[in-house]
Amino acid sequence: MALLEVRDLSIDIAGIKPLDGIGFAVDRGQILGLVGESGSGKSLTALSVMGLLPLIGGRVERGSIRFDGAELTQLSEPELRRLRGRRIAFITQNPMTSLDPVMRVGAQIDQVSRLHLGLDAKAAAARSIGLMERLRIPAAATVYHHYPQELSGGMKQRIVIAMALSADPDLIIADEPTTALDVTIQAQIIQLLVELVRDRGVALVLITHDMGVVAQACDRVVVLYAGRVAESNSVREIFASPRHPYTKALIGCIPRDGMAPGSLAGIPGSVPSVARYPAGCRFNPRCSEVLPLCPEVVPPLERMPSSGEVACHAVAAKVSHG
Amino acid sequence: MSAESIPARGGTLRRSVLGKVFATPKGGIAGAYLCFLVLLAIFAPWITPYPYDAQDLPVASQAPSWVHWLGTDEFGRDVLSRIMYGARTSLSVSATAIAISVFVGMVMGAAAGYFGGLLDRAVTTVVDLSWSFPEILLALILVAIIGPGLDSTMFAIGIAYLAQFTRLTRAQILSLKGETYIEATINLGASHGHIVFRHLMPNALAPVIVCGMLATGDAIILEATLGFFGLGAQPPVPSWGAMMSSGSALIFKAPWIIIFPGLVVAVSVIAINLFGDALVRALDIRARLREG
Repeated sequence: MALLEVRDLSIDIAGIKPLDGIGFAVDRGQILGLVGESGSGKSLTALSVMGLLPLIGGRVERGSIRFDGAELTQLSEPELRRLRGRRIAFITQNPMTSLDPVMRVGAQIDQVSRLHLGLDAKAAAARSIGLMERLRIPAAATVYHHYPQELSGGMKQRIVIAMALSADPDLIIADEPTTALDVTIQAQIIQLLVELVRDRGVALVLITHDMGVVAQACDRVVVLYAGRVAESNSVREIFASPRHPYTKALIGCIPRDGMAPGSLAGIPGSVPSVARYPAGCRFNPRCSEVLPLCPEVVPPLERMPSSGEVACHAVAAKVSHG
Repeated sequence: MSAESIPARGGTLRRSVLGKVFATPKGGIAGAYLCFLVLLAIFAPWITPYPYDAQDLPVASQAPSWVHWLGTDEFGRDVLSRIMYGARTSLSVSATAIAISVFVGMVMGAAAGYFGGLLDRAVTTVVDLSWSFPEILLALILVAIIGPGLDSTMFAIGIAYLAQFTRLTRAQILSLKGETYIEATINLGASHGHIVFRHLMPNALAPVIVCGMLATGDAIILEATLGFFGLGAQPPVPSWGAMMSSGSALIFKAPWIIIFPGLVVAVSVIAINLFGDALVRALDIRARLREG
């Protein structure tokens, strides 16, 4: 059984239902990419796994989130709190704002291991400096005493990652960890995360809208659109033969060598807001392969004969005819 | 939790900010005066030329001279010595009162702002009610209820300024609560106490320090006022307000009895305000650095 298994997850936030039947699984040593445009429910999925929906007035309506055999949706807040940071770590989007400005960065890393592993001040400091060195922070022992505003964005994100790793978690959820960083730093941070997963055998859920990052780092990809899974497959298959029109469109948005200037395609329209999801397949107003059936019937997520799963009438029709 | 990291952090904050305050002429002069006043208050028993309660009726109500630099009062007591002792009363009462006020106000404001809901409504209602009275009226009512004396003055002033710090902290916490680093801390599995005391309160501290500084100046006036009405320190313990009150009877015959304590009150309050201004500057610079 996979380390984290989300099945048929639907949530309810004050009467609206931004997630509808999300499912995916990730195992130790594996990187799962959760992809989609803004508003497709990536971050809400992460929030659900962390058990933080009540914070924004939401709740899990249906489905299960199993982590290492435990059903997270059934756990109490204190039980969840013991998991958070200890076994499931979360890396936030913007390192510029995710560190406490009046606390030295070293102390911020320390607090995690002190909280969860019960280390004393000295042991925690030694552990933090060790971690910082492994994350290739130069002069770690000096940086340890710095305040966040004295560090660059890439350094801050390393500190945030060090905080996430501090209690030796089994699962890391990284919500667009590189969006706020320079391109060169992005590649470094992603590479660092990939190394960590390979070395330590942690599971990583990488939330991103950047297909380039997915291609570089992930093993499997789940494409979300408007709160539903559009397609999931191994990263190789997704890029080699994308099936869902949305996946194709996303991949079509990546600039390639030898492209004529101005030929980079976008996806027409934008993700509908949660209150105005279209009936049937939620992608149908923007879809290039729309069938008469699409605006009426919700396409089920179907297992493909070769590999992967797709929720699309057009794909299903082709498969059954071909 | 980490007893080690807190003083270290506070240490640099104090060094850098106070350094900036003392570097400005305003802050430097005001700060030097306040340090001098605090030293006077602390060492009063060893440096006053006369005991504060030594009566010498033959020299009652004498003008300033080389023997009694600031003259004598109606019982022949040395005004300078009594002002020095009075500094003890004024400073300790106002500083303690504001300390109580800041501490209780921060805890109440943080709890109300962080947990919200019914607690927030209850705290806000009570605080707004007391906020609607001027501090002096509130303090007078309280002293009238519990009776005059140093302790009750302290308590009354502390309560009178409580609303200010509760509201300030609550507003701070409300805006800080939405910060990403607080969310990040929740994601790390931190408890409510950890979040409030280790992250929210330290971040809300700067404006509270400034506000506390300025309120201490007001508290000195309030303490002098209560003393003037005979509700503060009881004779023969000297307080600036009580000295002015006794001097008011002889204002034309022996004006130095009322003028000198009044002058000290005025200068002290001005110094505290100037110092507070400089502190605002210094802390603001820090805030700007933090954002950049």
